[in-house]
Amino acid sequence: MSDTFADRAARATPKPAARRIRGLSDRAIAWIFVAPTIFLLLAINIFPLIWTINLSFTNFKANRANRAVEYIGLRNYERILTDSDIWLTMQATAHFLFWTIFFQVLIGFTLAWLINRKFKGNDLWTTIIVLPMMLSPAVVGNFWTFLYQPQIGLFNYVVAFFTGADPSSFQMIGDVALAPWSIVIVDTWMWTPFVMLICLAGLRSIPDYIYEAAEIDRASKMRQFFTITIPMVLPFLMLAVLFRGIENFKMFDLVVQLTGGGPGSTTELTSINLKREAFEKWRTGYASAYAIILFVTVFGLASIYVKALNKVKER
Amino acid sequence: MTGFLSGLVRLRRGPWELLATVLIALGVVMLMQPYVLWLYTYSFIVTLVGTVMFIVVSHFPENGR
Repeated sequence: MSDTFADRAARATPKPAARRIRGLSDRAIAWIFVAPTIFLLLAINIFPLIWTINLSFTNFKANRANRAVEYIGLRNYERILTDSDIWLTMQATAHFLFWTIFFQVLIGFTLAWLINRKFKGNDLWTTIIVLPMMLSPAVVGNFWTFLYQPQIGLFNYVVAFFTGADPSSFQMIGDVALAPWSIVIVDTWMWTPFVMLICLAGLRSIPDYIYEAAEIDRASKMRQFFTITIPMVLPFLMLAVLFRGIENFKMFDLVVQLTGGGPGSTTELTSINLKREAFEKWRTGYASAYAIILFVTVFGLASIYVKALNKVKER
Repeated sequence: MTGFLSGLVRLRRGPWELLATVLIALGVVMLMQPYVLWLYTYSFIVTLVGTVMFIVVSHFPENGR
């Protein structure tokens, strides 16, 4: 019989070491393998979280680390939750979150439904459609600022072509009313393919025999769509909404590149505002409290989504 | 309604999770609504209570056990 690698490794192991390992229980060996991961998780996730909670009750400033730190109780939370400027950033985030998810689900599902109909070259179209999500958000933000230029931007010319308006008569990222929509358009352009792919996976998982049975029962196409397609794709759609909801709640890079939070603070989302508090105003304690508020909100939302997802899967 | 209340009294997961979910959703709506400042002020405590409740009650027994 040939000598395997495991046999050679076992022979090469020094006798005392082999004896020590043989003396360990399976559970202990499992712990040895899992311990580095648990240690990393504690060091990278849990410890910073606990440290942030601790800092949120202080007036600590990271740029004055030598100054005595004072515990101020819930004052940071009180300030944030009575600050009308932060309330405005929450509203800007809500606008961004609602409309991006609405358009991405609507367009993404429609595209998936169209791509799922077998036609010549649908693989090529799928590849073309998913291209935007492969780009870096910083790059996307940068080139959309060019597309939105009132004088040379392609976007204004396309809108002008369809509406007859003068291309330089409106500014997408310079206008208070249009700027929130400009970030919605770019995020929708970039991430609709992601929703489309998830929906496509859902549509392709529906067995053909269900539609065949519906055809035999003389169910109309509309009826098949609402009683077969939608319910069976719903768990996938909810997953897409969960992913996009959490991602967009934390949205930073794309919007910073595109508008920088302006004009004024109309597109200043919570993550941008948080970064300004933490690393421009250096109010570390205050920013920690702000981060904890956002964390609890995202965590709560994720809990609801996961519960809803499990409910739909049980059906 | 009676089933819901008896589920709450008997510490069953379903009704308690529903209550926690309602609190979280209410907290998020309060946080992001543009109308009343005091709703925004109390949004965090509502979301926090809902989230902590959700974590705790997910260990409660299922209905019918």
